[in-house]
Amino acid sequence: MIVRIMGEGQVRLDDGHLTELNKLDDELLTEMESGDESGFRRTLTALLEEVRRLGTPLPDAALEPSELILPSPDATLEEVREMLSDEGLIPG
Amino acid sequence: MSGVMKRMGMIFRAKANRALDRAEDPRETLDYSYQKQLELLQKVRRGVADVATSRKRLELQLNQLQNQSTKLEDQGRKALALGREDLAREALSRRAALQQQVTDLETQHQTLQGEEEKLTLAAQRLQAKVDAFRTRKETIKATYTAAQAQTRIGEAFSGISEEMGDVGLAIQRAEDKTAQLQARAGAIDELLASGALDDQSGMAKDDIQAELDRLSGGTDVELELQRMKAELAGGTSQAIGSGGGSSPQQAIEGGTGQDESQSQQQDTPRFDKQ
Repeated sequence: MIVRIMGEGQVRLDDGHLTELNKLDDELLTEMESGDESGFRRTLTALLEEVRRLGTPLPDAALEPSELILPSPDATLEEVREMLSDEGLIPG
Repeated sequence: MSGVMKRMGMIFRAKANRALDRAEDPRETLDYSYQKQLELLQKVRRGVADVATSRKRLELQLNQLQNQSTKLEDQGRKALALGREDLAREALSRRAALQQQVTDLETQHQTLQGEEEKLTLAAQRLQAKVDAFRTRKETIKATYTAAQAQTRIGEAFSGISEEMGDVGLAIQRAEDKTAQLQARAGAIDELLASGALDDQSGMAKDDIQAELDRLSGGTDVELELQRMKAELAGGTSQAIGSGGGSSPQQAIEGGTGQDESQSQQQDTPRFDKQ
């Protein structure tokens, strides 16, 4: 499975790792919805670190569509919330 | 999975046509695809070359066998001429074995030739497809670039920032102005064509005016001609009348330069006088 970290590029992840990543991902969503900024930051950092640790980076020139996408490490809770709003990632 | 990762991925896919993510740029994907097609074409061409080489090798072998076969036939004939039937029989039996090989090789040669023709055709078709794809790819890329620019203009219109909003307004104004000018030019052309509007440029004339101009122009020429004739006639009579100022010969010379027939008529009496 190809996962993209926005602003960093793509990594290839073994599907077997998804269960543990899913826990962090669900946690991140809950924190985002509840507006827990510090929890969100902590979980996002942990999630990104796990993805980087478990995944193999893809070369920049690789042309593979990403199946999962993660916000950039410096993304704020508000920014991610906006990205996930009805407008989506690209306005218009 | 319903977390952030999945949701962002879904949004990305849903907005794929607008997602200008560098690595997922469709232009790059198209170029990549084209590259792959070229590689495939290269492989097919290499295949054609390989088959052609094998065919050539077979042809060389066939030639050698044919030469050997001819040689054995000659040897058999000579042996028979020398009364050595046993030798002749040996030569002919070897030749028969060679002929079998020749037949086998000929079958292989035909198969390879057929294969080569098929591959050549496939290479030609693939080449045409790759060419068509290249054209299509360039069109898509151009369209995509245009769409991308349009998206940016769209973003400007949506007022993402004050500055961008101003750009949007400027574009809007320029578009309005162009449309207005186009509409005005179109309307003026129509009005001129229908005659509802006079052409102030003086470039266009209707046919009646043109005919009138022609007629009046012609009249002017006629009038001018009459006036000149009258002047000439008056000038000549003055010259005759004054007499002492110039000799008759001078008068003749002067008249000849302008109107010969007129001078002839008027000057004849003067010669008579002399």
